[in-house]
Amino acid sequence: MPATYHLSHLRTLESEAVHVMREVAAEFERPVLLFSGGKDSIVLLRLAEKAFRPAPFPFAVMHIDTGHNFPEAIEFRDRRLAELGERLIIASVEDSISSGRAVDEIGPRASRNGLQTVTLLDAIAEHGFDAAFGGARRDEERARAKERILSFRDEFGQWEPQRQRPEVWSLYNGRIRRGEHARVFPISNWTELDVWQYIAEEGLEVPSIYFAHDREVFTRDGMLYAVSPFVELIDGERAFSASVRYRTVGDMSCTGAVESRAATLEEVVAEIAATELTERGQTRADDRVTEAAMEDRKRQGYF
Amino acid sequence: MSTRGSTSGVVANGNGDSAADDGKDAGLASEGAREMFKRLTDRPADLLRFATAGSVDDGKSTLIGRLLYDSKQVFSDQLAHVEEASQRRGQDFLDLSLLTDGLRAEREQGITIDVAYRYFATAQRRFIIADTPGHEQYTRNMVTGASTADLAIVLVDARKGMVAQSKRHAFISALLGIPHVVVCVNKMDLVDFDEAVFAAIVEDFDRFAARLELPDVTFIPISALLGDNVVDRSDAMPWYQGPPLLYHLEHVHIASDRNLIDVRFPVQWVIRPPSTSVADYRAYAGQVAGGVLRPGDEVLVLPSGQHTTIAAIDTLDGPVQEAFPPMSVALRLADDIDVSRGSTIVRPHNQPTVANKLECLVCWMSEQALSPGRRYLVKQTTRTVMLGAADVRYRIDVETLHRDETARTLELNDLGRVHLELSSPLVFDSYRRNRLTGSLIILDEATNETVAAGVILDTEVEEPGGEPKHERSPNVRWQGSRMTRARRWTSLGHGGATLWFTGLPGAGKSTIAAAVEERLIEARQPAFLLDGDNLRHGLNGDLGFDDQARSENVRRTAHVARLLAESGTVALVSLVSPFAADRQAAAALHSADDLEFIEIFVDAPLALCEERDPKGLYARARSGELAGLTGIGSPYEAPSTPDLVLGTCDETVEREVERVLELLAARGLIAG
Ligand SMILES: Nc1nc2c(ncn2[C@@H]2O[C@H](COP(=O)(O)OP(=O)(O)OP(=O)(O)O)[C@@H](O)[C@H]2O)c(=O)[nH]1
Ligand SMILES: [Mg+2]
Repeated sequence: MPATYHLSHLRTLESEAVHVMREVAAEFERPVLLFSGGKDSIVLLRLAEKAFRPAPFPFAVMHIDTGHNFPEAIEFRDRRLAELGERLIIASVEDSISSGRAVDEIGPRASRNGLQTVTLLDAIAEHGFDAAFGGARRDEERARAKERILSFRDEFGQWEPQRQRPEVWSLYNGRIRRGEHARVFPISNWTELDVWQYIAEEGLEVPSIYFAHDREVFTRDGMLYAVSPFVELIDGERAFSASVRYRTVGDMSCTGAVESRAATLEEVVAEIAATELTERGQTRADDRVTEAAMEDRKRQGYF
Repeated sequence: MSTRGSTSGVVANGNGDSAADDGKDAGLASEGAREMFKRLTDRPADLLRFATAGSVDDGKSTLIGRLLYDSKQVFSDQLAHVEEASQRRGQDFLDLSLLTDGLRAEREQGITIDVAYRYFATAQRRFIIADTPGHEQYTRNMVTGASTADLAIVLVDARKGMVAQSKRHAFISALLGIPHVVVCVNKMDLVDFDEAVFAAIVEDFDRFAARLELPDVTFIPISALLGDNVVDRSDAMPWYQGPPLLYHLEHVHIASDRNLIDVRFPVQWVIRPPSTSVADYRAYAGQVAGGVLRPGDEVLVLPSGQHTTIAAIDTLDGPVQEAFPPMSVALRLADDIDVSRGSTIVRPHNQPTVANKLECLVCWMSEQALSPGRRYLVKQTTRTVMLGAADVRYRIDVETLHRDETARTLELNDLGRVHLELSSPLVFDSYRRNRLTGSLIILDEATNETVAAGVILDTEVEEPGGEPKHERSPNVRWQGSRMTRARRWTSLGHGGATLWFTGLPGAGKSTIAAAVEERLIEARQPAFLLDGDNLRHGLNGDLGFDDQARSENVRRTAHVARLLAESGTVALVSLVSPFAADRQAAAALHSADDLEFIEIFVDAPLALCEERDPKGLYARARSGELAGLTGIGSPYEAPSTPDLVLGTCDETVEREVERVLELLAARGLIAG
């Protein structure tokens, strides 16, 4: 017998996320959508279409460009935004460095991951944004598992995990003072598998680096990194060619690849369903520094 | 050969003979992948949200860790991390609470401070877990995690029994209208797995909960640390006959708390593209909070009170024919009227309350007590209004449930009843009736803090269409059957449903229903006629014919029909059932259980019924001998959206029976 008026779990998550986006658009003056070119922010763009079409988005889209991006991701970014006909703001870490707001790390393990925070907070202040949509999910990491969907940031952009506002039912408190802002995570309750399943159901395009391809890589701390102008090989590290794909799209200097032959969406989903490692644990060096690496970065204003 | 899907080895390239292999393997791999993909996407998409509750250190986080660990949902890097962190803390066991206690301060103090969300799936269901803190200081975080839960797990330490926090959390679970509660008596390993300890706590809890509205409570003795009765049945407690916790979570019947009866659509946002891109487009976007909306429906916009019709229901994927909770859609309306964020769209015959005064139970969540000197705002659905006055009626002592009517204010973590007066009206229902239109938050205008969460109460003890008092039997628990509906119906080879024939006396309901019954039975589909007159001989023999008794007659009949439908029988109800609200309640009873309820309006004109007058009722009513006959001395509220209309006198009974059977076939209830 047919179950009456039943919405699948994916459509339930979608509907909740659309609700969040509309609430924020209505209650804030200048929201912005942070777009990295990765799968989660690709889903965010689709959700924004679901929430606001046929009108244009009631906010701009912003990319924090570390200058160490995968060229495939940048190419995809520009193409996707052009297709959507939406405005793209690029805030560049390079500019923060040349203006002296940020200092590039040096040495073979240098990463611009931490510097993004400076550029992000500066851009938020410069444009007067009072809410920033991000694609973070609670299943990614234990500090994120603790964060509210609408997460308050003080005038220094800091997250204070011990003083989060209660968030009951789907009633979001969007009141802030000038200079403060909110980070908004519409897909908080999605898992990595949900994201891929949604991409498949919606037929969304993703950058080619998510699928298996041949690449020059080297092994460091048990992870595979791409050989690129942004990293130096250190003693004993040797470049070789392998079939790899990426689970996350971050900075080339700190995002690891996984060896894989998954060349289609279905294969990627099947691979993820079978994996024994978390997305960030497998591919992100930035989370490995200390037990509370993510919490510390979030407190400072990171994504 | 290369290792696939492994994470340790590296797939080397440029090796001559692996190229041939690769072609073959890729084919196989993608076939396997397709199968896996299909299995994942076809998986039951049922979602259960549950929250943990209970006093500090009762083992909530450990339990969640154990649940994830034993059901193999912990990734190996997370596990390695827990092992390492446990060792660093000098523990000789795996401290599974570290799987959810993710903040530095939590790990340092060994307690949970804020809610952690975890996600997992089994072949039966998907789960969203909110692991909430037990410490009283963090009650607001517990409320955050529990507010959206379908089920709460209340942990009680076997050594300590019911303490103040267990009671507080049980009370909050009831306040939040969480439909299912599981009381896990934990740390049974520390009391020698003694049945008497368990039984005493069950009794204590029952005594306390008797005064709360908790519709479904289940008790399970566990050891979160050792895993007894969490995923696997415990060998140490042979005296416990029930299922382990995970089994219960997978199988508990989520009588959906969605309200499919009362149409409620709070407008969030107006979609209005510049006229250069799309000419004259205007749609009202929001998430359906209740009922089913369809194009062509006549609607009313509140609080302004204007009438119009739904012209279309839009989504990015095109227009849809139906919208129901929790869908996010955009409505286009037939008339150009004033609708904006904060408006609520409803059906004219089923309206919520529009008022600037209301009663609610609140949980105060701020360090600063409720104070008449401060300015507050109230946010409910998509409306935010100023709070004029908040009058504390009483504060509740959660341990004794005593109402302190001398209380004048509420402090951090206090629970109490408050009368609110607002600067402008809200559009609301009681929380009992609708969790979305019946909830609110209070904000402090100066600090912007969320200072309270509130649930709106029924203002009248018995509101029309609300649940009558006698449905409140809090001590009685639903005894779960081991038999699931799917198993039952599949084995029997047929399912059940309810056909509800309503109409004036003499309209022909019983004639048609009896003929349908005969046809179904002949086709080997069990069916059973519940005729109003017959039921009044037995089950409903104590009822008269005043409005209240008629409602009760309908209510009892609806329950019997639901049980028959669940058992795999088509229940044919033939009952005048004159009041729309009663029929809606009957429909709600079925939809809450995902059972088909088909409303058939036998719409014979009054004159015809009176002419037929098979039981001589009309004659007696006309002569004044019989008072209050529906149609003569008592109103009949015709259904506004019946599934089928019969009896309009230009068709034979045979033809009408055919039409009923066609509808059943179209709904997939019988073979066509
Ligand atoms: N012996 C025994 N110890 C247990 C059991 N369950 C939990 N514990 C221990 O009880 C202590 C507290 O466990 P937690 O899981 O952190 O308690 P909690 O309920 O989450 O506490 P808060 O979140 O701070 O309210 C830890 O030392 C656990 O190892 C059990 O079944 N048996
Ligand atoms: Mg805990």
